Amino acid sequence: MAKIKKFLYVNRKAPYGTIYALESLEVVLIGAAFEQDVSVAFVDDGVYQITKGQDTQGIGMKNFSPTYSALGDYEVTKIYVEKASLAERGLSQEDLLDLKYEDEDDDWAEKDSIRLVSRAELADIMEANDVILSF
Amino acid sequence: MKFGIQVNEGPYNHQASDTAYQFTKAALEKGHEIFRVFFYHDGVYNGTRLGVPPQDDRNITKLWTELAAQHDLDLVVCVAAAQRRGVLDADEAKRHGKDADNIAPGFRISGLGQLIEAGIQADRLVVFGD
Repeated sequence: MAKIKKFLYVNRKAPYGTIYALESLEVVLIGAAFEQDVSVAFVDDGVYQITKGQDTQGIGMKNFSPTYSALGDYEVTKIYVEKASLAERGLSQEDLLDLKYEDEDDDWAEKDSIRLVSRAELADIMEANDVILSF
Repeated sequence: MKFGIQVNEGPYNHQASDTAYQFTKAALEKGHEIFRVFFYHDGVYNGTRLGVPPQDDRNITKLWTELAAQHDLDLVVCVAAAQRRGVLDADEAKRHGKDADNIAPGFRISGLGQLIEAGIQADRLVVFGD
């Protein structure tokens, strides 16, 4: 499969309440095996998916948020979080998981995967991608 | 143009599958190619043959089955999403020790890689859902 396309996964929904977030993460992990150029975005209630300190005991569901920390190992290193969505929910980057990756082009230096972007910047990112899967 | 189609919602509860069907049909009538239709999330319920909608209503699963037969469409139901929700073909039923299968004619069960491949191979991947 020679074609390399730019894939953007757009996560818009809260992690629990519906299954979209969990099944989106499953697509991202499977898709990582296809050696495409992958980005992941979190907007609207989707920003809750990567908040830290999630505790799902009370709702009897699996807390799958630790899996996001593995994205760097799958070479998913571009994670865009839309700033206004955070602000509207009283959140800041300190409330988010500390997602990192090791940059093989920079002597495996550990770097932040999360990039805060404005709505306009995210629109440009969407424009620059070939395949957008929204969940 | 070559389209990939993703259907993320089940039949009747949501219009996504109807709209995806109408889009697919219209695209084929205009001479476009449909690389694959991929059913994900509750969309896998479009692939059960056991639905019995009222006679004066549309049978969405049957519409997909007929369209697939007519145009040799590839209708793929995601295996992981389908297992959770009890949509099985004969092989899957046997593997999991279930006493029945319910996949509708024209549909097949396969992995998420088929969705990624549709994204790679199609000129446009169109997602229908919430």
